[in-house]
Amino acid sequence: MTWNELLLMRHEWTLIGLALVLIILEIGLSDEQKNRITISASLLMASITIVGFIPAEHGSIFGGMYVTDPIRILMKNILNIGALIIFLQSNAWLSKASMKNRITEFYLLLVSSLIGVNYMISAGHFLMFYLGLELLTIPIAALAAYEQYNSKSAEAGIKLILSSAFSSAILLFGLSVLYGATGNLYFAGFSFTGSLVTVLGFIFFFSGLAFKISIVPFHLWTADVYEGSPTSVTSYLSVVSKGAAVFVLAILLFTLFRVIQPVWRDVLYATAILTMTIGNLFAIRQQNLKRFLAFSSIAQAGFILLGVINGGGLGMATVIYFVLMYVFSNLAAFGVVQTVEQSTGKLNIDDYNGFYKTNPKLSLTMMLALFSLAGIPPLAGFFGKFFLFTAVAENGFYTLLLVAVLNTVISLYYYLLVVKAMFINKSESPIPVITSDGFMRTSLLIAATGIIVLGFYSPVFDYIMELCTTY
Amino acid sequence: MSSTLTILILLLPFAAFVFNGLLSAKLPHRVAGWIAVGAIGISTILAWKTAAAYFSQSTPYTKQLVFSATWLRFTDTLQVDMGILLDPISVMMLVVITTVSLMVFAYSTSYMLGEKGYVRYFAFLSLFSFSMLGLVAAGNLFQLYMFWELVGVSSYLLIGYYYDKPEAVAAAKKAFIVTRFADFGFLVGILVLSYYTGTFDFITLTNPENPAITSMTGISFMGISVLTWALVLIFMGGAGKSAMFPLHIWLPDAMEGPTPVSALIHAATMVVAGVFLVARMFPVFVFHAPAALAVVAFIGAFTLLFAAVIACTQTDIKRILAFSTMSQIGYMMLALGVSGYASDSLGFTASMFHLFTHAFFKALLFLGAGSVIHALNTNDIRGMGGLRKHQPITHVLFLIACLAIAGIPPFAGFLSKDEILAATLATNTFYFGIATLAAALTAFYMFRLYFTVFWNSERNYEHSPHESPAGMLVPMGILGVGSIAAGLIPFGRFVTSDGQPLKTHLHMPVAIISVTVALVGIGVAWFFYKKQSDVPQKITASIGGLYQTVYRKFYIDELYLFITKRIIFNLIAKPLAWFDRQVIDGFMNFTASATNRISAELKEFQSGQLQKYAYIFLAGVLILVVALLYTGLN
Repeated sequence: MTWNELLLMRHEWTLIGLALVLIILEIGLSDEQKNRITISASLLMASITIVGFIPAEHGSIFGGMYVTDPIRILMKNILNIGALIIFLQSNAWLSKASMKNRITEFYLLLVSSLIGVNYMISAGHFLMFYLGLELLTIPIAALAAYEQYNSKSAEAGIKLILSSAFSSAILLFGLSVLYGATGNLYFAGFSFTGSLVTVLGFIFFFSGLAFKISIVPFHLWTADVYEGSPTSVTSYLSVVSKGAAVFVLAILLFTLFRVIQPVWRDVLYATAILTMTIGNLFAIRQQNLKRFLAFSSIAQAGFILLGVINGGGLGMATVIYFVLMYVFSNLAAFGVVQTVEQSTGKLNIDDYNGFYKTNPKLSLTMMLALFSLAGIPPLAGFFGKFFLFTAVAENGFYTLLLVAVLNTVISLYYYLLVVKAMFINKSESPIPVITSDGFMRTSLLIAATGIIVLGFYSPVFDYIMELCTTY
Repeated sequence: MSSTLTILILLLPFAAFVFNGLLSAKLPHRVAGWIAVGAIGISTILAWKTAAAYFSQSTPYTKQLVFSATWLRFTDTLQVDMGILLDPISVMMLVVITTVSLMVFAYSTSYMLGEKGYVRYFAFLSLFSFSMLGLVAAGNLFQLYMFWELVGVSSYLLIGYYYDKPEAVAAAKKAFIVTRFADFGFLVGILVLSYYTGTFDFITLTNPENPAITSMTGISFMGISVLTWALVLIFMGGAGKSAMFPLHIWLPDAMEGPTPVSALIHAATMVVAGVFLVARMFPVFVFHAPAALAVVAFIGAFTLLFAAVIACTQTDIKRILAFSTMSQIGYMMLALGVSGYASDSLGFTASMFHLFTHAFFKALLFLGAGSVIHALNTNDIRGMGGLRKHQPITHVLFLIACLAIAGIPPFAGFLSKDEILAATLATNTFYFGIATLAAALTAFYMFRLYFTVFWNSERNYEHSPHESPAGMLVPMGILGVGSIAAGLIPFGRFVTSDGQPLKTHLHMPVAIISVTVALVGIGVAWFFYKKQSDVPQKITASIGGLYQTVYRKFYIDELYLFITKRIIFNLIAKPLAWFDRQVIDGFMNFTASATNRISAELKEFQSGQLQKYAYIFLAGVLILVVALLYTGLN
């Protein structure tokens, strides 16, 4: 193995390095110095994110077990940005007295999961993929139960680990069927015939992955886990974990499973409609903002499937662009929710009445995020949806498009409910003026900038489109 | 001829608008006034230079696009350009607009002194001049339409200048809504025309041999060719702007604006935009849609007489002049309507000639009225009298304008009206009769106004009326010179339908008739109104009902109110509102409540019990498997 071959894995190496540094810091720093961990971890994560963008060679190593190409690198970079924002947003929560001595653990588990994300995306073999998937999930289950004295958090942890185990079982069953039918698990030499038995294997495999993306009807864990987990973990689940699963799904469908495109189109068609609609119908009813964002993220997953259905380079580009905007928009919303939660403990939409009067900057950030999620021009979310819908229309899926547009209208309603609460509704006792820390402000600034820049700066999509022409 | 200088004619007033508009709060009044006057002054010089250069070319005078830039590109064939088109009528209009604007701007610096919003006034005035210049210089129908609307907006802003006065606000709204209604027809006309011809460009459109136009005559809609429909609709827009019956109701109310605004916009320039529009499209009218041209002639003739009759009964000095304006524009429309092309186009030239002379003497009449109002602070002529002693200069200038509009030689109006009468006599004796009758009425109502205001007995003025300052009298004087000299221009040499000079001469029999009827009109007015007498009251009392009908402008306003409030509101709007509220909103509410209910039902699935989640998960997988195996087996 040469030096150059090792460099292909730089995303993973740097993250493993970060994990080692965190362990050394945990051992080396005295208890009083532990609060320096957040800044160190954030700065290192920032450097890792930037290093990830440096152009480098790509190819495959370990006999095809590990693969990189420009698109995979772009995906990893997008998810790294998401992880960085979550790093920054966790500071206030980790600074609480009850979290003392547990800061390093949090970052260590998060980094481990992120390593899993990276390996999963770069997998060139189904077992490699499965390892990545489990490495992604298990630390998160621990993190979901991180507030061990909070019964909801414990419930979230146990629900996540049990349903993950269940879905993994189904996924592994699918893989074993595929292996039995083809005798091979390498992506490179995978000869997919489209026979009935392989289609059966595909369905099981797909269901396992769909669990991660919270596609209806595999989504039921989402709301409970999202609500109970600490908000940083919820952000991670809804953005990084979900994004990674979407990316892998797109890669696999567009390459390995291209042969059975008509089959997965039908499956996605049905599940996309279900996911958008059910997600929206539930989101309307939510009072708790974390549950609200959980269902909204289910609905957003339905929109992402619209991009996947299209297939090909255009489909890949729209999916990546949509996830990119979703990273910024969703994390901006979660950032505001977390700020309010940490300083007042309030999580209900009604609590936000009159929020603009006391916290105009936070309200404007929240508004920006919700408008972007709703797809209001000229923000990033509008173009995300716009590109998706154009691609869907080009492929002639007009019924699907109609359902999607109707769902956009419904989603607009509930996103605006929150905006209305913040800006129009009056309150006797509004949330008091909140001073967020520098970490949070930086993260919100990054997210808000992303929302606006993606909306106004069109070369981003052209760049993604150019990378995706190989699909 | 330099195209840069031509563009400057437009851009200078625009720059003055932007400058005054942006700095309206900070600018000293005097500076704002002089910036506006200076800008339009340079534009005036450039316009005259452009005219001199254009008309010194060898004949025929062609349409020349001196500047053009693509503004919007819809498709390869359909694009909208911004351009400046020079031809005899646009060059003439540039001269008229800049000159009258300059006089009115200069007059306003004195007249508006001390008014609040002085800088805003000049900003809007400059915007108007820019829009009007852009309208006449437009190289295509779309550009013309844009500036047409811009003219409407600036007119709206200026009529409502005294926005704390409810009448002014109502008048501004009325003018805007009525002209917008007309412009709707105009827009449909433009769309129909451009749909069939595939172009907005005037040079292409007005080429009589254009096959696209010819083909339009072959397609008919409800028995009338689509081209005629298009042109009648376009004329509807023109009729709205030019206050032709039945779209005239906004003009008398528009007199709520400051008097110099009435002089510039509602007498000399904007209201003749409709005449200009017909003249612009004239070759299409005359070659391919004689029926549309007949409509123009009929509406013109009707308004001509209709407005003149009403003018005889009004008592508000500015409203008399407003009806007089409508009547005079009726002359111009009538002349266009009876005109032919090339050697047969006396009507066209006469119409443009009258437009030109009318701009001078009507602007002068309004500025003179402004001078009187300035001194007395009332618009009602029953509160005026004997002013010739107090305002000698205004008196002389007003008299000149009255003689000009009445058609007494050698004033400008005589010559242009003579050509119009000659043109109607050559084609249609009935129209000639109407025009002659209206000429007598014109002389009567103008001199009724003149004698009442300047002769008659003095009223009990609170303080003695004073002559206006030089800042107002000098522009009036210049317009007075114009009211005499404008008639001396050999118009047939310059402005004709095809660019070839047209030989015109004085038509002696027509001149004798028209001067005679004018003198009769003046004589009657002199008899009734030179001295205080109760004869007019007695006559009006004896024909009571008829007089009231005319005085109330034939109840046209009331008719409009009846149609809109009673018929449209009750029979159309209310049922529609019901439908909107009950059926459309009801459907929306039903959708919303149904969504809500389904969402409530579905809530059961989200029970929080993990084992149920697993069942549903598994069920989902199995349903997919069964569905796919089923489709796969088939």
